[in-house]
Amino acid sequence: MSGEIDIDKDKKETSRRQVLKMMAGVATAGPFLYILLTMTGKKGYPFFLRPPGAIQEGAFNTLCIRCGKCAKVCPYDAIKIADMDAGVAAGTPYIVARETPCYLCPDLPCINSCPTSALDHSIKEREQINMGIAIITDREECLSLNGIRCEVCYRTCPLIDRAITLKVHPNPRTGRHTIFEPVVHKEECVGCGQCEHNCVLERPAIRVFPEEIIAGQIGRHYMYGWK
Amino acid sequence: MELSRRNFLKASAALAAMSAAGVSIDTADARVSKLTGITWTKAPCRFCGTGCGVLVGVKNGKVVATKGDPYAPVNRGLNCIKGYFLAKILYGKDRLTKPLIRKNGRFVEASWDEALDLVASKFKEALDKYGPTAVGMFGSGQWTIWEGYAASKFVKAGMRSNNIDPNARFCMASAVAAFIRTFGKDEPMGCYDDIEYADTFFTWGANMAEMHPILYSRLTDRKLKFKHVKHVDLCTQITRTSATADIIILFKPQTDLAIANAMANVIIREGLVNEEFISKHVAFLKGQHNLPYGLEINGKNDGGATFKDKPKKVSFDEYRRFVSAYTPSYAARLSGVPAEKIVEIARLFADPNRKTVSFWTMGVNQHTRGVWMNHLIYNLHLLTGKISEPGNGPFSLTGQPSACGTAREVGTFAHRLPIGVVMNPKHRALAEKIWKLPPGTINPKPGYHAIEMARAFERGDLKCLWVMCNNYFQALPNVQRYRRGAEKEGRFLVVSEAYPTRTTELADVVLPTAMWVEKEGAYGNAERRTQFWFKAVDPPGEAKSDLWQIIEVAKRMGYGHLFDYDLSKYDGKIEKALWEEYRQFGIGRGKDLAPFDVYHKVRGLRWPVVDGKETLWRYREGYDPYVKKGQEIFFYGNKDKNGGKANIWLCPYEPPAEQPDDEYPFWLCTGRVLEHWHSGTMTQRVPELHRAVPEAFVSIHPDDARALGIKNGDRVRVKTRRGEIIVRAEIEGRNKPQRGLVFVPWFDEEPSRMANNLTLDAYDPISKQADFKKCACRIEKV
Repeated sequence: MSGEIDIDKDKKETSRRQVLKMMAGVATAGPFLYILLTMTGKKGYPFFLRPPGAIQEGAFNTLCIRCGKCAKVCPYDAIKIADMDAGVAAGTPYIVARETPCYLCPDLPCINSCPTSALDHSIKEREQINMGIAIITDREECLSLNGIRCEVCYRTCPLIDRAITLKVHPNPRTGRHTIFEPVVHKEECVGCGQCEHNCVLERPAIRVFPEEIIAGQIGRHYMYGWK
Repeated sequence: MELSRRNFLKASAALAAMSAAGVSIDTADARVSKLTGITWTKAPCRFCGTGCGVLVGVKNGKVVATKGDPYAPVNRGLNCIKGYFLAKILYGKDRLTKPLIRKNGRFVEASWDEALDLVASKFKEALDKYGPTAVGMFGSGQWTIWEGYAASKFVKAGMRSNNIDPNARFCMASAVAAFIRTFGKDEPMGCYDDIEYADTFFTWGANMAEMHPILYSRLTDRKLKFKHVKHVDLCTQITRTSATADIIILFKPQTDLAIANAMANVIIREGLVNEEFISKHVAFLKGQHNLPYGLEINGKNDGGATFKDKPKKVSFDEYRRFVSAYTPSYAARLSGVPAEKIVEIARLFADPNRKTVSFWTMGVNQHTRGVWMNHLIYNLHLLTGKISEPGNGPFSLTGQPSACGTAREVGTFAHRLPIGVVMNPKHRALAEKIWKLPPGTINPKPGYHAIEMARAFERGDLKCLWVMCNNYFQALPNVQRYRRGAEKEGRFLVVSEAYPTRTTELADVVLPTAMWVEKEGAYGNAERRTQFWFKAVDPPGEAKSDLWQIIEVAKRMGYGHLFDYDLSKYDGKIEKALWEEYRQFGIGRGKDLAPFDVYHKVRGLRWPVVDGKETLWRYREGYDPYVKKGQEIFFYGNKDKNGGKANIWLCPYEPPAEQPDDEYPFWLCTGRVLEHWHSGTMTQRVPELHRAVPEAFVSIHPDDARALGIKNGDRVRVKTRRGEIIVRAEIEGRNKPQRGLVFVPWFDEEPSRMANNLTLDAYDPISKQADFKKCACRIEKV
């Protein structure tokens, strides 16, 4: 296992660089990120939202034997298989949350069906899953942030009050109503994508990305004194 | 030229900047029209009883957009997620556009003439052969006011039957009965403005956060801005509404009766009673106790169906003695709520330096002792004198857009008239005078109320039933029994609907119906606000309004004279003619409504509207034109009965009709979710709302789930003595039930997931309202 981890590290660095290259010149403006990424081609795969338990992207491509078993056992048909356009990732499983998100089956059939350790068999509870992180990508279009009593992402989050909470602000325009702002907590969010799937907008204002694309990381040389 | 969405928004923004709050809708919107080709007209939202104002955008004969009306006083431009989708509810793919007649077991398209002739001849035949008890109508708190009025007139003045009842019987009847028994008049004395004055909010059996989203948004705002404001949530499960609560009182079902009495006991014991208010404005009544539940035992009703209370006057001392039995520790034993919590909330409620508003909905009304529970809330407000002034008052919220305006105010109930009840000769005489009927026309015997109507249809005593504007055969408790009843031979069921439903599938005739802004309409919201709208678009295909359908059938049955107005006096509008006649009932009788044209110009008015002025707080001098100078408080609804006092009622704790036992060890509670409305006929046809909450689920406490080996998302069978459903388990989701209780929403029309397969058809014998919140069930992993 330890040998594998070393290999992973290299591969991970590579894949992360690739992602960064793709994003070069984009300046990472949140709302536009997804659109720019998806504009890379009709069949392009800007990133993969992997099934529950998937290990780091680079190692995943190495360990996944392209058997398709996880996709076969998924009771919701949420798991798709990448085609030849995906290059090195061809044949690997992924999820398009807007179409069918992960419903976090209690018995995790996808993980249990994986013949290798591409999907981490040590995961037993939904809370341990880390497919990605949700983020409100368009705060201007989000209905809840405009004071509309939507909050569908919050109420349909399987980890309601943990992965997504509501922060309340007075609505300064009406002077007598409240804005209920959905706030994602990345430590709790498992990336199932139900929020992205359920968002009632024509294009969702909340989306899920793999952690390495969306999550910031503070330097290891510093820690917040109050945490 | 098509404007891009961004340019359109820019144009709208410019317009908004130009138009101040006072600018009329017509002027403001004419300007937008020039830019976009969209014309805008105002309407209240089609869904709950909050009554949010919206502007409806029409282009090429279709509703293309809606927006919250920024000048609507209730919502100031906001909507909930159902309101956001108003434009889509009209355009589901399966709208009914042609009359359908069942022939040899299959629906066949028919002409209106054929369908209406058939309906009229069937009703007439049943009426001639079996008399007025054999025909009936089940209507709605979603009817426009004049539709309910016309229906009532058709049934009561035409067929001389009293078999008309609305689905509001399922949602508001207990509140109505208790308001009338307490104040002599229905509906809250206060209004939504109370929210901005209150210091303490009590929510009783009400998930306002999901069911009245915009009002809850106001409550939250009040709490956010003023740190001293407190919220007490009394509930049987933790809901989204509990999020703002400082104190959550999670009680065992039915024990709210004991808690409220114990609060009164504490208030009296600790000298927190407003003695002056009590001596001047309150009387005490004791009705009958040990009441039946409206259940049938071996096919025989237990007495609930015809129960009539016989109250007698009692003294404050008797009341004091009565509640003294409800010690906090006794209530604690029954309810599971710590005694000191009950004392704490009683003190908070009564604190003379704080203003207190109570909000309640179905947890209180859908209760086999719902009228009592309503009384017990009024008792607290009366004991402390916290009533009829800004920030102080008991406020029953409504679930339907015109539960107040149509069902309650028009009186589309089996015993009601627009003013009063059919049993009262004076009230009948008034209706006969206004309706220009020979004296003695109106039948003095009340008709079938909602559940007894379904039972009469099952027995065959009721031969012909016309269901309008609601989904009776999904909404009834113990619904499978009544569905089987409706399918028996010799029943004739007519259903007016916009979409195929669980009710239309049982029908002999289906009449395609115009919805919402496809007709001119009026709704009355929970704060007595009457709101009008113009017809904005034509209904699809051959769909027609309920009003047109009622009048056409009436004409064919020989009751055309009831709707024969000289329309030249009413701008050619039957709606205006009906309104002007209807409002004669209320003028000078505490329910004054303004002339028809006024409402089209304003964003609603709260009745009584006297001398062009609306009334925000009833029964108090300075606010209510019916209260004279020097009177301070005058409950004029009881003027003739006790000189204008409100009644405190002695209402005990009594057990529910069914309780968990070894075989069925869980409580079952049913209700709604924010995303869907009622039986889902409209909201389930909005793809986005359907995607968000595609099916019913069962919320279970995590400890109960663990004990049963049930995990989140597992398929679970919920079973009662009436039937079963199979739904997915939701553990620690939006609703967090107490241990031993499960919750299922009822919007789902899939037969294997219909919540009312499970519910018990017991009801409050006073209000005849069913209890959808309490029965015994068991759950098992499938």
